[in-house]
Amino acid sequence: MSRREEEVVIIGGGPAGLAAALSAKKAGCERILILERDKELGGILNQCIHNGFGLHTFKEELTGPEYADRYIQMVLAEEISCLLRTMVTNISLEEDGWKVVTAMNKDQGLLEIRTKSVILAMGCRERPRGALNIPGYRPAGIYSAGTAQYYVNMEGRMPGRTVVILGSGDIGLIMARRMVLEGAKVQCVAELRPYSGGLKRNIVQCLDDFGIPLYLSTTVSAIHGRERVEGVTLTRVDENGKPIPGSEWEVPCDTLLLSCGLIPENELTVGLGAQMDAKTNGPVVNERLECSISGVFACGNVLHVHELVDHVSAEADKAGRFAAAYVQTEGRLI
Amino acid sequence: MKKYDVIIIGAGVSGCAIARWLAKKERTIAVLEKASDVCEGSSKANSGIVHAGHDARTGTLKARLNVRGNEMMDALSKELDFPFRRNGSLVLCFEEISRPKLEELKERGEKNGVKGLEILSPEQVRELDPAISDDIVAALYAPSGGIVCPFGMNIALAENAAVNGVEFYLNHMVTEVKKCDGYIITAAGEKFSAPVVINAAGVYADAIHNMVSGQKIKITPRRGEYCLMDKNCGNLVHSTVFQLPSELGKGILVTPTVHGNLLVGPTAEDILDKEGVDTTAEGLSKVIELGGRSVNGLDGRLTITSFAGLRAHLELHGEEKQDFIIGEAEDAEGFFDVAGIESPGLTCAPAIGEYVAAMVNEKYPAPDKKDFIAVRKGIPNMAEATDEERHRLIAANPAYANVICRCEMVTEGEIVEAIHRPVGATTLDGVKRRTRAGMGRCQSGFCSPKTLEILARELGVDQSKITKAGGNSAILTGYTKDVVESAAQDNASMAGNAGKQADVGKGGRA
Ligand SMILES: Cc1cc2nc3c(=O)[nH]c(=O)nc-3n(C[C@H](O)[C@H](O)[C@H](O)COP(=O)(O)OP(=O)(O)OC[C@H]3O[C@@H](n4cnc5c(N)ncnc54)[C@H](O)[C@@H]3O)c2cc1C
Ligand SMILES: Cc1cc2nc3c(=O)[nH]c(=O)nc-3n(C[C@H](O)[C@H](O)[C@H](O)COP(=O)(O)OP(=O)(O)OC[C@H]3O[C@@H](n4cnc5c(N)ncnc54)[C@H](O)[C@@H]3O)c2cc1C
Repeated sequence: MSRREEEVVIIGGGPAGLAAALSAKKAGCERILILERDKELGGILNQCIHNGFGLHTFKEELTGPEYADRYIQMVLAEEISCLLRTMVTNISLEEDGWKVVTAMNKDQGLLEIRTKSVILAMGCRERPRGALNIPGYRPAGIYSAGTAQYYVNMEGRMPGRTVVILGSGDIGLIMARRMVLEGAKVQCVAELRPYSGGLKRNIVQCLDDFGIPLYLSTTVSAIHGRERVEGVTLTRVDENGKPIPGSEWEVPCDTLLLSCGLIPENELTVGLGAQMDAKTNGPVVNERLECSISGVFACGNVLHVHELVDHVSAEADKAGRFAAAYVQTEGRLI
Repeated sequence: MKKYDVIIIGAGVSGCAIARWLAKKERTIAVLEKASDVCEGSSKANSGIVHAGHDARTGTLKARLNVRGNEMMDALSKELDFPFRRNGSLVLCFEEISRPKLEELKERGEKNGVKGLEILSPEQVRELDPAISDDIVAALYAPSGGIVCPFGMNIALAENAAVNGVEFYLNHMVTEVKKCDGYIITAAGEKFSAPVVINAAGVYADAIHNMVSGQKIKITPRRGEYCLMDKNCGNLVHSTVFQLPSELGKGILVTPTVHGNLLVGPTAEDILDKEGVDTTAEGLSKVIELGGRSVNGLDGRLTITSFAGLRAHLELHGEEKQDFIIGEAEDAEGFFDVAGIESPGLTCAPAIGEYVAAMVNEKYPAPDKKDFIAVRKGIPNMAEATDEERHRLIAANPAYANVICRCEMVTEGEIVEAIHRPVGATTLDGVKRRTRAGMGRCQSGFCSPKTLEILARELGVDQSKITKAGGNSAILTGYTKDVVESAAQDNASMAGNAGKQADVGKGGRA
């Protein structure tokens, strides 16, 4: 087992982790380590190749990878240490207030890192079909919008030809356009609520401009096809979200994309015993973005789901500073 | 024509248990399975309960094999390394007037040979399981009740059969069985022959039986729907909690699974379609509503997936048969039925294996297989391993440090192992059932692209060939425009540019 000591360990190298690392460094911390399970830094931004990032932070419109790259360059320039392809599997507390982060990767095997402070920046995951409890078969062809985005943008592969999208969150809207640009037919976007959760500009630029209908107060009430999706039944819902009998209609498709919300990824936080907020699904934090366990901070989508990455960066900037302040009062390593 | 001593039709838990027990003697055995993997029928979609044995009518084969199967489970789960735990079960009684039925159940259990049955007061029950409803008047406690991983057991049996020489033919649907000095079987266009045929075809056992026997049987699929809940409510109860059957129906059970989730179900509905494993809105809401009668704090919103399975409900001469049919067909020598294996068929499986093997051995003796391998070691499990075990695994193979499924913490090492095992995984679902990759709370959203890549790499095929569960269930339908165009350009500019080919599959970001 390889062991080391740090002042601040940051879990997750997405925009939150990167911004937090930079501000902790600026506030005087020297021993900072970012742990990222992916093969590169940047988090979910790497697969968001569309425009619309950074209007607040950089006053210009960037793509996701461009936005991430600005931060990555700064982190590299500051010579902040990062371990890639490294998965954190556990965080525990020692009696003297040190935290022990356990992680693993192919080169070093198991790692045990003792640290004064931890910044949680693990992001979030998409809500799966089961959470929506859509009845029907369980054929191939049902993907979360983010998974489809990964196939298309990262692998250059198409997960389907004729698509229905359930949920009008921004990822769903962006994937509607993406699939059309890649030659697929997008039949419609269905949204359970009477309004879309996505940004107005995305509705205009991703649906209206391509003539894709958006059905509000509508849900998928059945999935057809045994091996591969062959179609879905759409149903209007009343003000309580309950299907209105008789309002069903069928839409043929070979793919159903789900864009039904994101859930903060907090296994590690729960494992650590931090108090959780049932509303946000993130940890409860004080005004210093510190969890119920002192010296453990959280920022970005792990704390609550953010619409704009600019807000993530701003929040993470604060978390990095508070973590640095904590390290100062607890006694520096060097 | 491929010749064997015994051919088994169906690679569910029954067929695989029988194969494993028959392999203890020197004989050649083939298993023909229509699906792309073992454990694709009822054996993959059930409650995973190892029943104590108080339900079946005394004197039936069901009762006998249930108690025997339950007894065998401790030793077998160790021998073949699959997850099993005796967590005990409770049958809840909600009204005083039903109490006699509870007592009847206890008596019947005792007659069947179930040990340790006890009727508990509501206080005693809540001491055992505090979340049980305040509305109960009593409960029957069975300490020998348990839970098992149904895939784990089915796959372990199959692997162990395979290392002992049993040959598995997947994607081989039997379409004809002809009697003529033994049997000639057609499956996927190939001919097989054997003097002994075992019909373990689940809900299709009637179709197979009726191909050779004049005494027709009929199997009606009886669908059961379930909700599987997140691990964060997995310890809401630690016993398996049944409801005493009432006018409302057979009741819905709530149970922890061996992997720490909570399972609620099943409904019971006779349907016409033998492939009808779709869930329904009514079914799923009934599951949560009725399950909530047993346990306080059951929250339907914590469902991570739902599924349905089909019980093979049997009719003989137009009458419901309350028992399994296991034995040689009267008018077809050498043709053994293992039909109508509805609940508790999973519990019974080891006993069915033992029982059928004994029957075949008696009529068709064969010498003992001297080098029979009784023990099988499962795929390493990084999520449950200690730090020392993790360290050792990673030192031997760094792929065990590469986490692919973050929800269940499954590594590349485990997935590669699952693919290269005997009767290994070839599909996403196959990997999932062997390693749990994709079974967690994100339901494969994160890991499926990576698992797909590993499957394609290890099987030496393109990703587009990899399916969810065989047949027409491919995950990918083609390439993006960028990739197609750059491939076309590459073709046009031909040689000298070969390096670019390597970019196919990553071109989307250009
Ligand atoms: C599909 C999608 C599309 C989006 N589109 C837009 C958009 O158009 N415009 C916009 O402004 N915002 C968009 N967002 C939102 C924006 O991208 C996010 O708010 C932002 O990326 C969140 O940053 P984060 O660092 O909190 O999380 P992430 O970017 O998710 O980064 C978290 C990182 O933590 C790592 N990690 C997690 N657990 C571990 C562990 N145990 N060990 C090691 N590493 C770990 C992950 O690999 C990941 O790299 C989108 C989000 C998603 C999911
Ligand atoms: C809802 C439900 C809940 C249950 N709960 C429990 C429980 O908690 N405890 C318990 O002990 N039991 C339970 N059971 C019962 C248990 O699941 C079954 O008894 C058991 O899985 C039956 O196994 P099998 O091998 O006989 O059938 P199956 O698993 O269905 O296997 C039959 C196989 O035959 C194949 N096949 C069919 N036709 C052909 C053909 N023509 N050619 C080639 N192959 C063919 C199929 O593809 C299939 O793989 C439950 C069942 C259901 C449906």
